[in-house]
Amino acid sequence: MEFSSKLIETAVTEISKLPGIGKKTALRLALHLLKSEQFQTEQLANALVKLRNEIVYCEKCFNISDDNICGICSSIKRDKNILCIVEDIRDILAIENTGQYTGLYHVLGGVISPIEGVGPEQLNISALVQRVQTEPVKEIIFALSPTMEGDTTTYYISKKIKALDIKTSSIARGIPIGGDLEYTDEITLGRSILTRTNYTTE
Amino acid sequence: MYLRKLILHNFKNYEEQHLDFIPGINCLVGENGAGKTNLLDAIHVLSLTKSAFNPVDSQNIRKGLGYYAVNGQFETGGTTEEVICGFQIGKSKSVKLNKVEYDKLSLHIGKFPLVLIAPNDSDLIREGNEVRRKFLDGIIAQHDAAYLNDLIRYNHFLKQRNALLKNFNETRVRDLDLLFPYDKNLKELAAAIYSKRVSFFNQFIPFFNQHYAHVSGNKEEVNIQYKSQVEDEDFPSLFHSFLEKDIYQQRTNAGIHKDEIVFEIEDMPLKKFGSQGQQKSFAISLKLAQYDCLHAIMGKKPLLLLDDVFDKLDDLRIKHLLGLMAENHFGQIFLTDARPERTASLLESVETEKKIFNVINGVVKVNEP
Repeated sequence: MEFSSKLIETAVTEISKLPGIGKKTALRLALHLLKSEQFQTEQLANALVKLRNEIVYCEKCFNISDDNICGICSSIKRDKNILCIVEDIRDILAIENTGQYTGLYHVLGGVISPIEGVGPEQLNISALVQRVQTEPVKEIIFALSPTMEGDTTTYYISKKIKALDIKTSSIARGIPIGGDLEYTDEITLGRSILTRTNYTTE
Repeated sequence: MYLRKLILHNFKNYEEQHLDFIPGINCLVGENGAGKTNLLDAIHVLSLTKSAFNPVDSQNIRKGLGYYAVNGQFETGGTTEEVICGFQIGKSKSVKLNKVEYDKLSLHIGKFPLVLIAPNDSDLIREGNEVRRKFLDGIIAQHDAAYLNDLIRYNHFLKQRNALLKNFNETRVRDLDLLFPYDKNLKELAAAIYSKRVSFFNQFIPFFNQHYAHVSGNKEEVNIQYKSQVEDEDFPSLFHSFLEKDIYQQRTNAGIHKDEIVFEIEDMPLKKFGSQGQQKSFAISLKLAQYDCLHAIMGKKPLLLLDDVFDKLDDLRIKHLLGLMAENHFGQIFLTDARPERTASLLESVETEKKIFNVINGVVKVNEP
């Protein structure tokens, strides 16, 4: 794409680095900002700079936070004995929205994948191992994506904390609620049958 | 099951071509370079979602154009099933069955089984074990989706493990716990894949021996040996015994990716000690055994594509093939030959219905009887 202004070109290049945004959308956004009032662009720019400068990650669980310790870790209502391991901050939001979980979290920041050069050093794994030794954690729930890399990471961490007396589990995999058996892929369905849940009448 | 209709758009040297096939023997005759094999390849695309000769789809498009489409109608027990396979430059290939697109191309494989006998079958004997493992995997995967899934997972874990070994070497940090998840998965998957390969050979070898005996006139003793490190009673220990070597060489030394398939003649390696003729007999017997295996497992006769076999095979092997055709061993057949008169005279003894297609420079004309 050829631009009549170097300024536009730089703005478009920067905006198109964002996920899901191509050159054309970036241009549309840049032109939109130019067309709107100047203060709006400034507000956006300030919000982004402020976000970058002032955001902190919780020292305990690596969730996004305004203080050194996040709202979940410092809440007295949360069960400090249970820890849920997630890949990403977005996963915390998803699990919080279920309203089914009252324990604490630990954000890994990714999963182990040597092909992409991601090893335990790039993730918050050593912090996790330290954390379970100093905090009263009795149970760990792995809530990683059901991919080969997610499973690998679960195995690795389980091995690292094997010596400690901690109960570990991973979230169930199976058929979505309201889903149709017929349209479920064979691997998921097969797994659901293997890991079926007992039905009690009492 | 048979292919009734084939429509090509911009596939290889065809612009637009409509063809009506018969359930019997379809003979594609014409000069070299006219496009006979390209028609077989189009059928291969319909059945297995990819070309048998060129894996690069953009090179299978008619020169200078942007897409190809292959459309086929199969008759299966009274119902018509339509398959459309299309590829456009810059987009991923799409395969539709009865107008519904597959999420994954691998789901289509095995719906319409096919066996291709072609001059390059001798690669199975001359090339390395990788080619033979691919042949074996291709047959099992056509009917066993779980096997294909295990194989994909195995290869993925293997790639990750090798990347990790490389990483150990570069960073000089060895966290052996990191190997644990890969080792565990690779060992489990290797055992599953191995046991399926063994049971496959148990079924395959009797078919093979039968064909080879016919083709060669019972002259020599042949053998197929399947060797795998997994057959070791204590494969897990064997796997771990390679640890130092694995780290040093930055690759995994034990597993089903090292499986060997050895062809022997009179207890000697066929590759080195077999004559040209014996190697050809071996190759065609492998393919005919593939046909019988797929037929037995899937309960329907695969399509049989014979590329230039009359030219490349000698009398005894042709006689065996024609004999099988005459006793209706096969279902629908497509064959190519550069010499129409040879095809006509050879097929005289076969009573199955025949249809002759003349291929002239990317255009097909049907011989009116």
